[in-house]
Formats: sequence, C-alpha cells, structure tokens
Amino acid sequence: MFDLKGYGPELAEGALVTVELAFFSLALAIVLGLLGASAKLSGNRFLAGFASTYTTLVRGVPDLVMMLLFYYGGQVGVNMLSDYLWETYDIDFFFQFDPFISGIVTIGLIFGAYMTETFRGAFLAVETGQIEAARAYGFTRWHTFRRVMIPQMLRHALPGIGNNWQVLLKTTALVSIIGLTDMVRVAEEAAKAERMPFHFFIPVAAVYLILTAASELFIKWLDKRAHAGVVQGS
Amino acid sequence: MPEFIVEWLNQNEIFTAMTLMEYWDGLVTTVQLVFLSLVIGLIVAVPLAILRTVKNPFVSGPIWLYTYLFRGTPLLIQLYIIYYGVAQIPGIQDTFWWTIFREPFYPALLAFTLNTAAYTTEIIRGAIVATPHGEIEAAKAYGMHWAMRMRRIILPSAARRAVQAYANEVIFMLHASAIASVVTIVDLTGAARNIYSRFYAPFDAFIFVALCYMALTFMLVFAFRKLENHLLRHQRPASG
Repeated sequence: MFDLKGYGPELAEGALVTVELAFFSLALAIVLGLLGASAKLSGNRFLAGFASTYTTLVRGVPDLVMMLLFYYGGQVGVNMLSDYLWETYDIDFFFQFDPFISGIVTIGLIFGAYMTETFRGAFLAVETGQIEAARAYGFTRWHTFRRVMIPQMLRHALPGIGNNWQVLLKTTALVSIIGLTDMVRVAEEAAKAERMPFHFFIPVAAVYLILTAASELFIKWLDKRAHAGVVQGS
Repeated sequence: MPEFIVEWLNQNEIFTAMTLMEYWDGLVTTVQLVFLSLVIGLIVAVPLAILRTVKNPFVSGPIWLYTYLFRGTPLLIQLYIIYYGVAQIPGIQDTFWWTIFREPFYPALLAFTLNTAAYTTEIIRGAIVATPHGEIEAAKAYGMHWAMRMRRIILPSAARRAVQAYANEVIFMLHASAIASVVTIVDLTGAARNIYSRFYAPFDAFIFVALCYMALTFMLVFAFRKLENHLLRHQRPASG
C-alpha cells in the first residue's frame, strides 16, 4: 500500500540525519545558552554586553539567511585562512565546510540565543534564599552555581527548553536547502523525479509530526519528574 | 535615483545602483508576502479561534486537527506540498486557477497564510480561554447575549493578552518568509542569493540582507511595543 518507489531506505537514512542534526544542535544550543545566561547574569558589563549583542543579532536575522551566510561564507573564510597559513607559515591546512557542520553551527547558534533567554529567566527564578544558604555553607561561586543553581534552575527552564526543541526540530528542515541529504532533501528529489509531491512529502510531514508528538510526551514526563517533591498550590 | 548617487554607487564593485534595486525589489516582495499572509491569516484565525473554544467536539475537533498539523510540521514541507502539489491536481491546468497558481508567489502566499493562521488561532484561543470569569459573569449580568459578549468583552480583553505572543508570531513569519526564495521567488533572500552567485561574495551579499531583515525586525518590535503600550495603558502605574 505504501510504495515509496525504492526511496524508502534513503528516506530512512535522511530521517536519521535529521534526528542527529537536531540532537547535536540542541547540545550546542544548551551549552551556548548556559554560557550566555551566565554571561548576562555575571555582573560583568563586558560579558553581559557581549551576550546581549549575541541574542539581539540572532533574533533579528532569519535562520535561513544565517545558514546561507555560514555555509557559503564559512567555506570562503576557511579558504582565506588556509591561503594565509600556506603563504605565511607554509602550513597545509584545509577544511571542507560541509552542510552538516554548517547546519549544526547555525541552528546551535540560533537556539543558543533563545536558550540564553530561557536559562536567564530560570536562573532568576531560583529563590535568593537558596543562594544565600549555599553561601552560608561556605560554597564557592562555582559550587553554588553547580550544586544549587543548576539543579533548581532546570525545573523552571524545562518548559522553555521543550518549546525551543519543538521549534528547533522543525528548523532542521532548512538544512536541506544548503544541500544536506536529510529526509526533506530526499523527498524533494524523489517528488521531482517521480512527479508525485504528495506521495513523498506527506510521509515526511508525518515523521515530523511523530517526532514532535513524541517529544511533547517526553517533555511532559520530564516535567512531571522535575516537579517531584514540589508542593503545588491549588 | 538621483544622478550623483548612481555615479557614486558605480564606483562600488558589488553594491551598484543595479544590485541595490534588486535588493529593493526583493524587499517589496518580502513585505508583500509577509503582510498579505499575516492580514489574511489574522482574519481567518479570529473566527477559527472562537470556534475552537466551542464545546462541541465536531466543531472544535477539526480546527484542533488543522492547527496541530500545521504547527507540528515544518513550514518548508507545507510550502513544498502546496507549491509542487498544486500542479498535480487533475484538471487544474485548464481552469483559471492555473493562471494564478502558476506564479510561485501565490502557492507561497497560501502556505504562509495557512501556517500563520494555525499559530494565530492557537494564540487567540489561549487568550480567549484565559478571560477572567468575572468579566464574562459581569457581561451576562448586564444581559449581553453571546455575540455581544464576544465582541465587546471577550475579544478586546483577549487582544490585550494576545498582543505579545502575536508580535513574536509576526517576527517569526518575517524570518520564515526567507524560505520563499527556494521556490524561485526573488524576495530579499532570493535577491541576496542571486547576488552571491553572481559575485561569489557571500559576506557582502548575506550580511547586507541580514541587516535589512534586522532593520525590519526592529521596526516591527518598536511598532508592537507602541501598540502594547496603547492597549495596556490602563495598567500603567499612575504617574505621580
């Protein structure tokens, strides 16, 4: 009934690429988000200014434009660097900027900015009493951050992380435009070759739906776990 | 363009009067596409949001399904399905619809409209559901029937609660419209891609267009902040 005209295995591989891309980007986004939020709350004017510039820039520019800039510009940048290294230091350095890496870098940078806001809000939601208590126990700043702030912040950050993840998952489709053979790309090629757009795009859309629906359930479960022991006002 | 500007621009290698006009045409296309899809999307979304709050599952169910499908899949796929799919509808090439949908602008407009209408429906629904019960009770006590209650009490009150989320949706749409360039529409991003491939100058082409989008975004942010201040002026602390 469900004949994919021999494109089935390619589509499955493409789906795997999509999921991998999403997970790597999420990891980068979380790291950048934590760094950004820490910078914003550090009280250091230089760091805070840097982080604000980063989030403002990212939120002003479309994801696709940024992706094109990193993909095409990244390669030109690497080429320039490798020319420079070769001419001045005789170092043979070359690096192919592939769409997968550009995709991770772009999506990670974009969602790092959103995560910065999420984590900033979550850090601010941690009660000051908790931090004072940690100080009173003689915790250093790092220890307070790691042992008190992070575990308590996560509960507040979880809904935001969940939302960002849902958007991130759908943003991965854009990477097909810069030539990564994810499932969207495979479906597009198959649809053009077989002249059957619905036949290939609807299964891909269904995979995205399944991914977002499954994520929704997983986030709900995580949220429930994160709230274990929290007395909720009725 | 005045002569002296053209002459001055002609000394540039990439940003000549001609390429700037390409960017300008792209800007016009982007603004048209985004503006039209947002306006039509909003007009469609208000009744859908109201119907979505109706208790009858045969009314609210299909709308839920529509918003779920369009919010759960990437806009790019929706665009591809509509752009490539329209031509496959049997017989369409003989009707007058074909003269409209042959242009890539209209399939893109349809995809963007359906997408933004789905998100906007959920935003407005959330705002309607969050109406304080006392407001509705007061309206009932005044003898307002359903339609009047909706028009005079619930919708204005919901608009105030929705405006912030809607501002985000508008900016999201502006940024999402960049994908129109993949179906051969020469919008801002499309213009940048053309100029990139002509001069092989990724930084010039894309950073310039990024600045254009940024300017548009900040104008929207500013306008919505004004609107929000206007709608929420009753909440401002009394100035002493």
